[in-house]
Amino acid sequence: MHSNAPKEGDASQSAQTGFRGWLNRRTGLDDMLRTALDEPIPGGARLAYIFGSGLLFIFLSQIITGVFLALYYVPSADHAHTTVAYITKVVTGGSFLRSLHSYGASAMVIVLLLHLSQTYIYGAYKGRRELLWVSGCALFGLVLGMAFTGYLLPWDQRAYFATAVGTNAISEVPWIGESLTRLLRGGTEMGTLTISRFFVAHVFLIPACIFGLVASHIFLFRKAGPAGPVAEDPYHPKLQPEPFYPRQVLMDLSLTALLIAGLGVLAFFVAVPLGPAANPANAQYVPRPEWYYLPIFQWLKYWHGSASVIGVLIIPMILVIGVIALPFLDRSIERRPWKRPVAMGAYAFLACGLVGLGLRSQYQDKHDPGIAQQEAKQKIEEQEYMRKPFEPEFSSASLAAANVALADPLAAKGKTVFEAHSCNACHGDGGVGTAAAPALVGVSAKFNPDQLAQLFEHPTAKMTAGGMPPVNFPPDEMKSLIAYIESLK
Amino acid sequence: MGDRQEDSVEMWRKKFSPPEPAPGERRSFLGALLALGSVCVGGLLSVPLIRFALFPILRRTTEVEPSPVGPLSDFSNLSEPLARTIQTEQLDGWRKSVSEKTVYVTKDIHGQLCVLSSVCPHLGCTVPWVGERSEFVCPCHGGTFAPDGSRVSGPPLRGMDTLATVIQDGQLQIRFQYFRQLVADKEVVG
Repeated sequence: MHSNAPKEGDASQSAQTGFRGWLNRRTGLDDMLRTALDEPIPGGARLAYIFGSGLLFIFLSQIITGVFLALYYVPSADHAHTTVAYITKVVTGGSFLRSLHSYGASAMVIVLLLHLSQTYIYGAYKGRRELLWVSGCALFGLVLGMAFTGYLLPWDQRAYFATAVGTNAISEVPWIGESLTRLLRGGTEMGTLTISRFFVAHVFLIPACIFGLVASHIFLFRKAGPAGPVAEDPYHPKLQPEPFYPRQVLMDLSLTALLIAGLGVLAFFVAVPLGPAANPANAQYVPRPEWYYLPIFQWLKYWHGSASVIGVLIIPMILVIGVIALPFLDRSIERRPWKRPVAMGAYAFLACGLVGLGLRSQYQDKHDPGIAQQEAKQKIEEQEYMRKPFEPEFSSASLAAANVALADPLAAKGKTVFEAHSCNACHGDGGVGTAAAPALVGVSAKFNPDQLAQLFEHPTAKMTAGGMPPVNFPPDEMKSLIAYIESLK
Repeated sequence: MGDRQEDSVEMWRKKFSPPEPAPGERRSFLGALLALGSVCVGGLLSVPLIRFALFPILRRTTEVEPSPVGPLSDFSNLSEPLARTIQTEQLDGWRKSVSEKTVYVTKDIHGQLCVLSSVCPHLGCTVPWVGERSEFVCPCHGGTFAPDGSRVSGPPLRGMDTLATVIQDGQLQIRFQYFRQLVADKEVVG
């Protein structure tokens, strides 16, 4: 910025003056913007290409709403449900943000499936796009992982049991299944350690992987170039290109606007419910996963016993490996769907299979009177819980908690003796201690009742110096006072 | 793996590299429009986020719920301060704690009913009423107070603190508060 500073940057950059010019010389912002916006698309802009940007937008929205929800959320089995209830019922806009985050997860899966289908049907994984496809597959897995881990966090009945079933399903994997389930849950049972693990995965681990993979996905996409329409050669584009900006940008933004409007209206008018707090003892609860996991849920029903290795491990493994390895297996440069009967047949089979499994699951639930009845009951319980006003959690230091400990009537009487003689003046309410005298909480570990009685009658020199008078109450009062002090833990 | 064809995308890019955008007014106008639109939509969307984040600050400060002390008839013939245990509820975000406090129902210098906090204004010990001496005596440092709570002797810098009373349906209620210790003037804490 010094007047004698040597000229820097190339001619076009240094030609700019003022703040914009300085910023440009320092950052190369204009070049970056030009690279980003002038990407040529062979054959021109099309609505079919909008899903990738849509996904980026929803991911951004999930990050923002997620960060804000974390302002109030506490990942622990004894607070998670209360804090989500607080967000939903008390905090301004809390129900809206939580609904936005929850619907956003479903929207993410839907747009992801559309993005994947478009890439597959257009043969846009062909040519030099193997790694682009593989990174996309990894992102798909991570998004499903986000949905799975996030679902548990509210710790209501629905979340608890769906995750119990989900983690149980993993134990069906031969040999390592049990260990894997224990690893996920942080123990054999679901509990507060499960929440911690799912929270860390949902908030730190998976998002970090998604950031890295989204960056490499976009980098690989720009490196290979857009594939263009189905008639285009995946290696040697021939069609007249059109830059990304403005027409494709406008199309992408129209999907974003549609998503904002759709999710916003949905979240505003149809709040995502929160059910009663998880009660692991509820043996009647019929757990059901979120819609995108229904096909897997249904599929697992068909595999039991020794055959389960095939259904739980071998078939899914073949499928996953087949999908990931697709661009390596399918090396033809033919992209027109009508010339790729095998690929399209496999797609139709898989899509119909998944949709069919999901519908079958719904159908079975509707036509099983026991399950249908229980599901209706669960829905009513959820609605009833939503109508109840928010109930704050009693802090553990609270009186209610202290009184629970005083189930012993002798100790309860001792408490009145303690207060009537102003012992609490120095030793504090509940014997927590003050500046004037030490706490009595936990003294039972040091002195047995006889030793306490002895100390009451003959305080030590140190106690006397601190102002503790000898205590000579009637025997029944002494007994109850000692019982009370012994109960302070 | 078709590597011989790898370099062609760069060649294609060069061949088709779009002409330097004419310093067209249309392009920059569209850009400005999009930027403005994005800022507006972004601004609109950030409203619920800001309200959500500022909720604890913007919330109408709900007053402390009054704690019942007892029916007025209990206190019509007071000869000396009467100790009562009250429960106060404190809300902290999504948690609440209930604690018990001792208060004294007594009469002030004008003979009006008033309620004293038992927390010593010196260092916060609980001050008991000593009937034989007809005064409050703090067991910690020997501060003494008259039956109406005014300071008599000892280290406290002021008398015992009176609490705000509410009378509703013949019930005496108070709003329990803590006051700063070691100062001569009553000053609410928290």
